[in-house]
This record gives sequence, structure tokens and C-alpha cells, in this order.
Amino acid sequence: MPTLLRLIERASGHDRVVATRGYVAPLADFAWGASLGSHPSDLAGRSVLLCVGDMAKAAAALIDLDCCARRIVLCPPGWDHALLAVAAQDAEVDALVYDDERVAPPISVDVAIPCGLPLRPLRSPRVEAYETEWILPTSGTSGPPKLVVHTLRTLMGAIADAPLQQWATFYDIRRYGGLQIFLRALAGRGSLRLAGAVEGVGGALSRFGAARITHISGTPSHWRNVLMSGEGRLIDPDYIRLSGEIADDAVLRALRALYPRARIEHAYASTEAGVVFAVDDGRSGFPASWLERDEPVQMRIVDGALCVRSDRRALRFLGATSLPITDGDGFVDTGDQVEQRDGRLYFVGRRGGVINVGGAKVHPEEVEAVLNAHAAVRASRAYARKNPVTGAVVFAEVVLRDERTAHAECEREILAACRAQLPRHMAPAGLRFVANLPITDGGKLFRHG
Amino acid sequence: MDLRATIFDEIRTVAAEQKKQLPPLTDELSLQGAGLDSLCFAILFARLEDITGGDPLAMSTDFPRTIGDLVALYDQALA
Repeated sequence: MPTLLRLIERASGHDRVVATRGYVAPLADFAWGASLGSHPSDLAGRSVLLCVGDMAKAAAALIDLDCCARRIVLCPPGWDHALLAVAAQDAEVDALVYDDERVAPPISVDVAIPCGLPLRPLRSPRVEAYETEWILPTSGTSGPPKLVVHTLRTLMGAIADAPLQQWATFYDIRRYGGLQIFLRALAGRGSLRLAGAVEGVGGALSRFGAARITHISGTPSHWRNVLMSGEGRLIDPDYIRLSGEIADDAVLRALRALYPRARIEHAYASTEAGVVFAVDDGRSGFPASWLERDEPVQMRIVDGALCVRSDRRALRFLGATSLPITDGDGFVDTGDQVEQRDGRLYFVGRRGGVINVGGAKVHPEEVEAVLNAHAAVRASRAYARKNPVTGAVVFAEVVLRDERTAHAECEREILAACRAQLPRHMAPAGLRFVANLPITDGGKLFRHG
Repeated sequence: MDLRATIFDEIRTVAAEQKKQLPPLTDELSLQGAGLDSLCFAILFARLEDITGGDPLAMSTDFPRTIGDLVALYDQALA
């Protein structure tokens, strides 16, 4: 059974670190110290909600908790009390690791332990008795995200032993894509540098450049930010990885031009299905012939959506209303729609037209509900419009109650109402006034794709 | 249409809508230094596409770095 401490011991260079701008976790120090006080064994066998702001601290807590806790629930930053409470209930949480002993824990549990760096000396032996369940939220749409269960075994299915790699990522390591990079870095022989929200892309790039990182990952939106920053040359990586969103030809081309020497790969993975594949031929999409491959990950297309059978997938959903994670044949339905052109498969969007705005998912129906509630609006259809920065932005077609009000002032007022009632990424960037909206034979609003 | 003035106006409108503080706009101001985030730029480019009828960013391998670059990019695309 792999454990994080074993991975670190295997290549225990004294200069290996996981670092953010604010904190450094030196990996060799876990031989004598812990981030969870002197007695991390107090958390043995518990279901632990990990609710820590800084990612280097979160990384340290993961190393301390692996094989000690029964469960680790990884909370992405920004979860409010309501989301934490639902997650705590679904995962039967009985302990909390939180950020700062000077403030009250965000929820009330039996045991709450603050996480701190630098490490403190261990005063009791570590407990390494559990195959810890790693609980990850799916990249949520509306309502509370669903929680899925992974183990280190499923999470590391796509990670092979590697020579010295100095990693950096723009991802949050508490989400599947970032967690993959954290594990890759630990399984390798080098360090991991993490980008923070406050330092901006230029600040992160300059730290990454100073650390001479060789491998770096982020979403296409992260990479578009790098390209727009004009500071991309602060790093000179051997390898660039894109995942989490559809990588289009424009971003791949621009990265190729900026980093002519790097191997550039776009990967496809989901929290539920795990890592499926990576493509490094410089083009978007992937060869259709890969559907015929049988190991280790099998793919098939059902009603236009990619389905995946793999031992890297999550084991199950957690919670009272949880559904099975696979169909009867063991395939996970990813909900990602693909289209075949000239022997290649391209991702076209999510089933049901869920709109991905820079990694944040938007149900068009939720936007329409707000639009339709406006006094001037009779009907509406929110849709994705392709965008060079965030991949997509939300636009909407609107049928007005009175066509004579179709002018710029009315558009501004409706848009302002949306911004007041919706999260920023969900509010439409613009409207089109139309005379009517087509409906399907089933009487539902017609949606493209 | 004065393209430069149009782009400046649209930047101010998006900043106001998204409650972002803008520094004084100049051609030299870097896009990163304008105080706008990814979503603001996404909205800005979508609206500029509507106004100018072109999306030069989708065609370009060179991302604009300053506001002047952005104006030049649309200027070339529409020429």
C-alpha cells in the first residue's frame, strides 16, 4: 500500500519542499515533525474535515493524515458554513483540521486541531493503520457538490515513478486536478510550488522561475492568464500540462510559440472517472482510435457522451441520496459530450449545456430563472458563448413582454438585475432580444448541442 | 467609429459593472495592471466582438499585454 510518508522517504532530498508564497513545508522534516501539533495520532481513525486556507499547510496536513485518519474530506477554499455542514454530515465527520488557532473553528466537532508550519516535533508515534478514504467534492454545479470516495490507490493510478521533476501548479491541490500534481510531486524526487490567489500570475511565475521549476500544470484559463501577463518567459519548463477544461487549438498554439522547447500535453480527467488520458501531439481533441484501446482505461460513447471504465475512478458517492457511480458494465458517465471529425474526437461541452466559465460551471436554467423573474422578460435562453479568456461566457436570448422596450437601456437594467442576484460568473455578459425561442417536440426549450 | 475611445469606454463600463477600481487608462497600461480579472476580460472581449464584429484574439498567437496592444490588435483585424 503506498503512503505519502513512504513516497517522501523513497527520495528524501533535504531540499524538497511544498511551498506557497507564505509557507514552506520541507518534506524531510516529516521524519521527526508534524503540522498537526505534537500528537497527530489524536486523529487516528477519525473522519477529518480539512478546512485550511494556505495550500502548503493543507499539503502538510494531508501528509500527516494519510493512513492515520479513516477519512480526509478535502474542502476547497471559499466553502461557506452551509456547504461545510452538509459535507460534514455526508462524510460523518468527527474531527476538524483548521487554519488558525486564533479564530474559532468553522464548524463544531468533537476534535478540532489547528494546522501549522513550521512542523513541531512529534511527541507520540504516528499511527499508520488505515487505508484512508480521500473524499473529494465534484466540481459542483448548483447546490452542494457531491462527495466522492477515492483512496491513494485510485488517485495514483496514472502516476508512474519519474526522474527528478520540479513541479509547479496554478491549481488548488484540494481539487482533483491539483491533487494529482501534489501526488506526482511527492512520487517524484523534487519539490512542488503552488500559486496563491493574492500574488497574481506574475508573482507566481516569478517564484516558479526562481525555483527553476521543470514541470507545470494548470487549466487552459490559467494558461491564457499566463499568456496575457506577458511574463510567461519567467519560466522555462520542460513540460506543460493543461487539464480541467477543453484545451482549444488557440491556447495550444500560443503555448507552443511561447515555449518551443517544452513538451505540451493536455489531459482529460474527472473527479469521478479519474485520469483518463493525456494528449501530446499539439492538437485539441484525441484520436478516435483510442476508443479501441483496452488497457488500462476503456472508453465508449453513449448518446454523444464519453463513458469511462477504469480502476482510477472514484469508488462511490457519499451521502444519503447517493447514486451508483458506474453503470451495470462498470462505466462512469462523464457527461462530457464529444463529436467526431476526421478520425478525431473533440469535446464540445457538457450534457444539458452546462456552461463552463473559466472552470466554474453554470446551469443555464438557473440564469434563466433570474431573467424570467424580471418584469420586462417573457422568456429567455441562456447559452455559452466561446471566449478566448474563460473558454466561455454566459449570454442570453430574451423575449420581452413588450417588444417596444427592446433597447440598450432595458438591456442594461436586466443585466444589472442579474448581477445583483447571481454569482458574477453566472450573470450574462450580454443579451440578444429575439421575437421568440424555439421549443422541441417535447415542449422544452431547444438547446444547441 | 473611434476604436480607441470605444475600447476605453467598454473597459470603463465593465469595470464599473464588476465594481473594479481602474487606474487612469493609457495605451501603456498593462492589462494585468488594470485591476480587472479574467471574468472582466472575458466580458470585455465578448462585447468588443459584438461592437466590432471581429474576434481577433481567437486568431492571434500573441496575446495583448497592454491596452495599446489591444487597440492595435482590433485595429489590424478591422483594417
